[in-house]
Amino acid sequence: MFYRLQLDDIVKEAEKQKCSLSDLIKERESLETGMTIEEITKTMEEMYQVMWEDYHSGVESDNRSISGLTGGEGWRLMNYVKENANHPGGIYIKAAARAMGVSNTNASMGRIVATPTAGSCGIIPGVLITLAEEYGKNKDDVVDSLIVAAYIGKVIAENASISGAEGGCQAECGSAAAMAAGAGVHMRGGRPKQVAQAAAFALKAVMGLICDPVAGLVESPCIKRNGFGAVQALLAMDMALAGIESIIPPDEVIIAMGEVGRTMPVTLKETSEGGIASTPTGKRIAEYLENAGSNCLQQFLIRNQ
Amino acid sequence: MNIFDIIGPIMTGPSSSHTAGAVKIGHAALRLFGKKPDKAIIRLYNSFSKTGKGHGTDKALIAGLLGFAPDDSRIFNAMAEAKKAGLEAFVEFMGENNAYHANTAEIVLYHDSDSMRIIGKSIGGGRIVITQVDEYETGYTGEYHGLMTIHKDVPGVVSHVTSSLAKFGVNIAFMRLYRKTRGSQVMMIIDTDNPIPEKVQDLLSKHPQIEKAAILNKK
Repeated sequence: MFYRLQLDDIVKEAEKQKCSLSDLIKERESLETGMTIEEITKTMEEMYQVMWEDYHSGVESDNRSISGLTGGEGWRLMNYVKENANHPGGIYIKAAARAMGVSNTNASMGRIVATPTAGSCGIIPGVLITLAEEYGKNKDDVVDSLIVAAYIGKVIAENASISGAEGGCQAECGSAAAMAAGAGVHMRGGRPKQVAQAAAFALKAVMGLICDPVAGLVESPCIKRNGFGAVQALLAMDMALAGIESIIPPDEVIIAMGEVGRTMPVTLKETSEGGIASTPTGKRIAEYLENAGSNCLQQFLIRNQ
Repeated sequence: MNIFDIIGPIMTGPSSSHTAGAVKIGHAALRLFGKKPDKAIIRLYNSFSKTGKGHGTDKALIAGLLGFAPDDSRIFNAMAEAKKAGLEAFVEFMGENNAYHANTAEIVLYHDSDSMRIIGKSIGGGRIVITQVDEYETGYTGEYHGLMTIHKDVPGVVSHVTSSLAKFGVNIAFMRLYRKTRGSQVMMIIDTDNPIPEKVQDLLSKHPQIEKAAILNKK
């Protein structure tokens, strides 16, 4: 099998040198891009700053999307968490609420960070901000874990895809969950090997997931899938930290995801011609938006309630 | 690709491929054309055609042609911005075409009697590839600073270009030549680690065998 870049390679190197995975990635990126390690850290801090702002704007208000189709999903789930302080879902439900909130910000055409894409932009901030709060980690810890997340995404982009139009939702929300899972392991002090294992678990959980946006908008089912992606990432992280190992090596899982994406029918890859986009209601929503814009859609949604 | 192609760009929603990627295709087209276009015809194919309206792909491409960055808040007023800037833009939704990638835009730019046809694809997370410039098949990603020349396919032109770059301490990362037929014309695209000084363009434009030279520096 031919790999352009492997997780296995950097994991082994980090384990051999007994160094931090994020330090090793920064060194490699510095060599490759000519950026200094300080510049890399500073740029990632800027990304984190935007994520932090998005999460707040996402869960603190009932922000409608530009189309009017969605809005306030993250806010609603966060309020539910606050009202049920003893909810046994704990960090899982908080991470999902934050992921959906960031995704809401995106749908309202806010300024976001593609992680790795805009359609999947909630998962990584949702997971990492929640873990940092829960485990008392500071900004530097989150930034280091984002470096790890980015490298996992780079390996996936080199060997498979991070595009819904090329590989379906598994390539977007699946990749984001894999990145968040690995980054979560790193933040929790797991071994480099466990970082790669967590990424593999998250990808396997959604292998084959299609991209079927209603009316071609990054809203339904995308916002909710960001919530699910965050939960899958956390479970993948915990599995890896528990010492569970993937039967199939992580790099082979990535190749398999790319292959599934290539053979997936084009109707299921961000063309809005399959899945929930092609249901009678999905088609009607598309028609309303096409003909009459979002005002008319509001009336349609109210009538259907 | 570097890690900030994955975590990043900071952009205006809702889609990295259909919005941010489209801005980048438009911007790459502008850089390759090398001057302000006064008219643009944009054709969208496959997923770009089918879901482009909801993602603002049409506006994003025009925003790129105006030189806006993916996080510019003016993207969604791109039509009005184009009018202000004197750019007449037409968008056609072409539906499915198996010859093209899932997210493909074709852009024809005009300035007086000059024109250029560019085909670009958006491959996810805001990354793009320009696959065709006029009759040349290319693989330009826009991820680096760089330079494009159209010159006669004769010995010595490439060395003139590379030595001009060396004079200004510019290091070459990637370099590709696309030739129509032997001895005819060739397009060369060079990706560089450093931004290319404006003076290089003068140096190249004076060479008798170089028909066109455009600097492709990133913002």
